[in-house]
Amino acid sequence: MTVFEYAPAPESRSVVDIRGSYGLFIDGEFTDGHGEPFKTINPADESVLADIACADEADVDRAVKAARAAYERVWGAMPGAERGKYLYRIARIIQERSRELAVLESIDNGKPIRESRDVDVPLVAAWFFYYAGWADKLGHAGFGPHPQPVGVAGQVIPWNFPLLMLAWKIAPALACGNTVVLKPAETTPLTALLFADICRQADLPPGVVNIITGAGDTGRALVAHPGIDKVAFTGSTDVGRQIARTLAGTSKKLTLELGGKAANIVYADAALDQAVEGIVNGIFFNQGHVCCAGSRLLVQESVAEEVLERLKARMATLRVGDPLDKNTDIGAINSAAQLDKIRELSASGEQEGADRWSPPCRLPDRGFWFAPTLFTGVAQSHRIAREEIFGPVLSVLTFRTPEEAVTKANNTPYGLSAGIWTEKGSQILWTAQHLRAGVVWANTFNKFDPASPFGGYKESGYGREGGRHGLEAYLNV
Amino acid sequence: MSDRLAVRKTYKLYIAGAFPRSESGRSYPVTDGKGRFVANAAHASRKDARDAVTAARKAFPGWAGRTGYNRAQILYRIAEMLEGRRDQFTAEVRHTGASKAQAAAEVDAAIDRWVWYAGWADKITAVAGAANPVAGPYFNFSTPEPTGVVAVIAPDSPLLGLVSVVAPAIVTGNTTVVVASEPAPLTAITLAEVLATSDLPAGVVNILTGHRTELTPWLASHMDVNAIDLTGVPDGDVPALEDKAAENLKRVFRASDDWAGDPGTARMTAFLEVKTVWHPVGV
Repeated sequence: MTVFEYAPAPESRSVVDIRGSYGLFIDGEFTDGHGEPFKTINPADESVLADIACADEADVDRAVKAARAAYERVWGAMPGAERGKYLYRIARIIQERSRELAVLESIDNGKPIRESRDVDVPLVAAWFFYYAGWADKLGHAGFGPHPQPVGVAGQVIPWNFPLLMLAWKIAPALACGNTVVLKPAETTPLTALLFADICRQADLPPGVVNIITGAGDTGRALVAHPGIDKVAFTGSTDVGRQIARTLAGTSKKLTLELGGKAANIVYADAALDQAVEGIVNGIFFNQGHVCCAGSRLLVQESVAEEVLERLKARMATLRVGDPLDKNTDIGAINSAAQLDKIRELSASGEQEGADRWSPPCRLPDRGFWFAPTLFTGVAQSHRIAREEIFGPVLSVLTFRTPEEAVTKANNTPYGLSAGIWTEKGSQILWTAQHLRAGVVWANTFNKFDPASPFGGYKESGYGREGGRHGLEAYLNV
Repeated sequence: MSDRLAVRKTYKLYIAGAFPRSESGRSYPVTDGKGRFVANAAHASRKDARDAVTAARKAFPGWAGRTGYNRAQILYRIAEMLEGRRDQFTAEVRHTGASKAQAAAEVDAAIDRWVWYAGWADKITAVAGAANPVAGPYFNFSTPEPTGVVAVIAPDSPLLGLVSVVAPAIVTGNTTVVVASEPAPLTAITLAEVLATSDLPAGVVNILTGHRTELTPWLASHMDVNAIDLTGVPDGDVPALEDKAAENLKRVFRASDDWAGDPGTARMTAFLEVKTVWHPVGV
């Protein structure tokens, strides 16, 4: 069979204009930070993209005060219909500037342009559009006739979906009448800072959205600040625990969206080609930097060999490389630190006796890269079956009965998501009922929608984002 | 009045559907409103608390798997059993200092509270769940499910407060370890006799009596407890307990209720997890 090589198909960078340095967005203005500035780099080639200001405690305090003033003077008292119109404006501007946002996201994060263009940015616009419509209907949402906002929200988001996580946090907060201070991750601040410009284009009143950049210290100062009423965090379970401890005994409201170790269960009667696509999507989407990634494949023993054969064949076709190339399936690992973590956990898989396999795969010389990887012969006690790797690494386990599948799937302190592949409807519903996870994808995986609640059981956190349920986090109920 | 000497009741713990003494062999005296001795209550230990968690965990899948209709009938049965022992409970509540009229009113309200929550068992899913209109060819629905094992630190309101914190936790399918009021624990153990004769499966409600400050930290830090209701905890103890609860990210609920008021749904939704299921639509 003749194989046609793909020609490079790079998306143009000309649509983005990255400044040399960025300040903090407080009270509608970019201002200097007083911590030690840091650099954000392109993980695909390690080039420096920009100098980023770092917010120290005094800067955090300024941002919280600006948010408080905006809450008390403008936003909290504004009729819901007017708040909604601002959010619709923001949604529209995101659509207008979608290419710019997608390219910038791929440059700063390393994710394939196909994904930032087709998944992240459209969902960002959809999130604002969806919650815009709730702003004047909150009395009908099931939280009493006149639900009130919480006040000022401190929001800390991760680097895996920088702009999408911003939208998950800011859209419902603003719709409910809160003002926000948001800290993007230190490795991916650029789209949040571009979002600040979108707020200005929308004439959003100053102080309603404040974006402060920095690393862990800035985040700690924000969640501990006595002037905020609500903390929303998406990130690791360890940091989530620390935040829960910081907030112990305070009246601050808290929602946490943390780690996961999702089981993707493939029954023998599943449509195997579709299941293989779902497995690939489940673990290799966004380089596996996904809290709900299907990182444990549970395949029924009778079809395990066949599934693995097809899966390996499919993995061999995955294209790893330039995030801005429109043919790329797997982009760059977001940071050197994350690459180290993936390497360390993968090494532990080999040391503990699992068999490692990757397709032949040429990785670029510069930047942070990791080939799609699969482990077989994995025991439930192995670290790669228990710990969140947050990379393109799949652990394969087998089962014989549905009961065994569910028991293994639930054998984790996490409970964020799970997948089920079978053609039998009653088996889908039975399995879904018995899985202790907040999101269950049956015959699909990694689907997101602003109308659909998302969030975990157990140590994957608490609270829901999305849908009517997502309003609760930002209402005083 | 005859000269007959009354047969007194030994107040024990309620764990896994049985009434054991504390494994520690300890008890503490309970007095009435005027300081007179009423009875010795079991003084539960950390080991008893762990046994109670084990019983609650074991009971969880079965209870959560019951239909709402079935749980509704069992909670309603509890109301029936309580009604039949109305006088006994009125007398016990009077030991805590209430007048006869107050005590009778509290017992009536407690019975009615079981009836209120019984009716929720097959309705809360419709109220707290949803079919979600996602932008794509998928059917997507959300259902509330029980959180798991809930530790309940009951308030000092000896019957109405106790019922008001236990019923909303179990009606949705959670199982519980309840720390009864320290000064007024006896009604809790008598309530356990009602629970034990209402077809409530063993382990769904486990009741400990003893020192709150001794038991609560173990429950707050227990890794197999999924949620904790701190209603009966003094404000000053909350920060340390919430700190412990953070270790396995327990859901923490605290609220001060007017037990005579409308209970609302907050105490049920506090111990529910929303599960969302997606499936493609196609031919």
